[in-house]
Amino acid sequence: MELPDESTADIACILNGEPIRARVPLRQNLVDWLRHGVGLTGSHVGCEHGVCGACHVQVDGVVVRGCLMLAVQADRATVETIEGATSSGRIRALQDAFFNRAALQCGFCTPGMLLQAAELLAKNSDPTREEIRQALSGNYCRCTGYHAIVDAVQAAAASLRA
Amino acid sequence: MPDTALPPDGWIGRPMPRAATRRLIEGRGRYTDDNAAKGELHAAFLRSPFPHAAFRITGCDAARALPGVRAVLTAEDLAPFCRSWRTQSLAFPGLVSPEQGPLARDRAVYQGEPVALVLAASRAVAEDALELVGVEWNELPAVTDVAHALDAGTPPVHQGLSSNLAWRTEFGEGDVEAAFAKAALVVEERFTFTRHTGVPLEARSVLATYDPAAEALEVRMSHQIPHQMQVHLAELLDLPMGRVRVIAGDVGGGFGIKMHVYPDEVAVCAASRLTGRPVRYVCDRIEALMADIHAREHVVQARMAVDAEGRILAFDVDDIQGLGAYSIYPRSSTVEAMSVLRTVGAPYHFSAYRARLRCALQNKVPTGQYRSVGHPIGCATTERLVDLAAAARGEDPLEFRRRNFLPEAMMPWTNPAGGRMAELSHTATLAEFERLLDLPKLRAEVAAMRAEGRCVGLGFSAVVEYTASGPAAYGRAGVPVAAMDTVVVTLEPTGDVVARASVAEIGQGIQQGIVQVVADAVGVPPSRVTIHTGDTANAPHGGGAWASRGAAIGGEAAWGAGRKLQAEILKTAAALLQSTPDALDVRDGQVVDAKGTPRMSLAELASTVFFRGHELPGGVQPQFTATHQFRREEDLFLTTNGLQASLVEVDPDTGLVTPLRHWVVGDCGRLLNPLLVDEQVRGGVVQGIGEALLEACRYDPGNGQFLTGTLADYLLPMADNAPDVTVGHVETPYSGSALGAKGAGEAGTCGAPAAVLNAVNDALGSRGARISELPVTPTVILRALGTLEAAE
Ligand code: FES
Ligand code: FES
Repeated sequence: MELPDESTADIACILNGEPIRARVPLRQNLVDWLRHGVGLTGSHVGCEHGVCGACHVQVDGVVVRGCLMLAVQADRATVETIEGATSSGRIRALQDAFFNRAALQCGFCTPGMLLQAAELLAKNSDPTREEIRQALSGNYCRCTGYHAIVDAVQAAAASLRA
Repeated sequence: MPDTALPPDGWIGRPMPRAATRRLIEGRGRYTDDNAAKGELHAAFLRSPFPHAAFRITGCDAARALPGVRAVLTAEDLAPFCRSWRTQSLAFPGLVSPEQGPLARDRAVYQGEPVALVLAASRAVAEDALELVGVEWNELPAVTDVAHALDAGTPPVHQGLSSNLAWRTEFGEGDVEAAFAKAALVVEERFTFTRHTGVPLEARSVLATYDPAAEALEVRMSHQIPHQMQVHLAELLDLPMGRVRVIAGDVGGGFGIKMHVYPDEVAVCAASRLTGRPVRYVCDRIEALMADIHAREHVVQARMAVDAEGRILAFDVDDIQGLGAYSIYPRSSTVEAMSVLRTVGAPYHFSAYRARLRCALQNKVPTGQYRSVGHPIGCATTERLVDLAAAARGEDPLEFRRRNFLPEAMMPWTNPAGGRMAELSHTATLAEFERLLDLPKLRAEVAAMRAEGRCVGLGFSAVVEYTASGPAAYGRAGVPVAAMDTVVVTLEPTGDVVARASVAEIGQGIQQGIVQVVADAVGVPPSRVTIHTGDTANAPHGGGAWASRGAAIGGEAAWGAGRKLQAEILKTAAALLQSTPDALDVRDGQVVDAKGTPRMSLAELASTVFFRGHELPGGVQPQFTATHQFRREEDLFLTTNGLQASLVEVDPDTGLVTPLRHWVVGDCGRLLNPLLVDEQVRGGVVQGIGEALLEACRYDPGNGQFLTGTLADYLLPMADNAPDVTVGHVETPYSGSALGAKGAGEAGTCGAPAAVLNAVNDALGSRGARISELPVTPTVILRALGTLEAAE
């Protein structure tokens, strides 16, 4: 909703492959806009201070923390969320591996974790467990203890190399 | 005796992912805050910035005048719409816990206590308005340090109390004095356990919608026990139970944090009733760290007596629990302390026990039931004493444990602490543990690392957990908690089966376990079973998610309902096929004869019943919905056992402890789904490692201010500081149920802190340092090594 006293700005960006225009409050962060302004609720909010990685989205090809970036900063950017990454099929191998390996329990961390893992695999097609753990060290997961996540990323990397 | 005919080659026991996680990996989860209601208002709470203060709200007009603000509410405003409550328990007669309401009135007794509520068109505007609420604060002396909370002269936590003692007790059997007098060896330690909290990644959230025309309340919330909330909201808001619906959709983790009645959540429901509008509230992380329940603040003085043969004679334990400003509603915080004291010594045989407990009120947020309630403290206390005794005797710590484990032949046995031990498998578990660890090789690796100058240590812990609480646990205490479960199964016209269950899915995977049970009970593949949980309008009353109860209690209800449905299917099919139920079976969605030859599919049968009922023989009234409600009559708890090992490396210069590997062998009875059980164990272990090394809710010792309000201050295990966890099982099905499942979800958390504490001490032993404090932070290590001065 637009409120009389709320300062806003108009932005235009490519969101999950589609052009979109929106009027956003200046102080609204990117993940809140995606979730509540656009209705893409696959990105989550876990801390709003840049520690947990639940809010990860990709902006201009780089995974960023959606809680540390303002929506207005996405003006003229290309933004991809878990919904876009799913429908494009680019993270399918990781998603299958997470499912089969039970590398998620409550699933709240999973979208952010998947985007971060995909960024790793794009750079390193055969990461060691240690490298996977380093790459995911900014994504908090309370449920799994990470072991199964590391297994799943390794399995996805193997299937992509095959 | 229950019907225990599990089908051969059935689905129970197969490792299968939880089907519903497909949605979650695609970003299609529906957590509470993913639901918006038309016309909703957003809530923000004004919380006390002081641990203890008298206050007066002097002006709300400026806040109300802000565009977009709909209401500014105080305790007086909500009072006509909501009763107050007080935590009481017949198990703890005389428990001191004052009356509480949804918002504090006149006095705040912990930092973060909600004192006023703003409703606005957006959360941002609501937060803007908070800053315009005029409050006159008069800060009062605060009590935060548990060690001094009970001292004479310490100011009271609540006005009018003469002491901060919330409750005290002493219990135990056997002659403790005589045991210590004749002991060949006495080991003793004083343990300090710092508060921590659960930090589910999805914070508590609620969307309450009151319909004034229907006089009905619908609440979506992130909660482990929707049926419990239905009971309490109906009572507090004075509504018939049938007009309160609580829906927990996808829940982003619980761990015990989301099983209580929180003032802010009740306030949101009352505010919806007051305004007639939907009200949405999501805790931010700072609020969550400050005002979610905390847990496990204890100072434990403990000693153990051992005879000349190295047999444990007795334990003598004194525990002071810091329980916070109130005993948590409705279950009480004291339950945690009793769980600590019942867990001491649990894996072993001993003949005398004395426990003393004092529960101290503090100007801190209430503590409550958090994953593996109290057990990690009792386990760490016991296992540290055991290691000290083994070291004093100059023997291998596993040999000391082997000698002292409660022999299988003695069970069932009620130990001097009052814990009933039944169907434990210490011998088999130890054998599997030694096999899994390959100890000679592992010890050689440790020796080689030490030869390189690395400061590494290997530590063990033995675990006994009380799981799947029976009806008497809270029933005798007069606390309205359902320890039973309901499952309803329905055969649909297509031959599909739908199950509705009162268990709750919070990520642990119980939905999948129940699906596999129903599949076997009815005779269909799991792909034909759909399960619904988490909605009071969907499933009848039951217990939800706590005490690792889903498989042991919900599973039994599912088995019972599935068998009833199968019996009805067989009866109906027999009537149509001119056969008898005994001559038929249901397998893989087909009614089959004695030779296994398909006679009729469930789809044919069900469509006949639902769409062509005129073809049924006279007098046949198929009941294709079956309900089973299960309560366990025997065994107050189901005890489980296990062993854990931790390998750690300590950096003596920085004091940093790195967990390198961790091993677990557990016996949780029948495994409904080993894949999901393994991941429960791993997640639980890492949570316990966090407790051992990182996690602490800290308060300024001077002014009592909360210091760990962000995830940069409250440290958690991340992927780069958590170890791989190797998991093994021994399977001793519980003899008193059809499925034989016991609790599995918390044992990892129970034993990990003890194993890590012992490993750190093993690493530091050669340097003469000894640690008895959790978490083992770098400061603790450096103080123990003498490189940092001890705290005064
Ligand atoms: S919500 Fe952005 S890092 Fe936690
Ligand atoms: S699966 Fe629950 S936080 Fe990662």
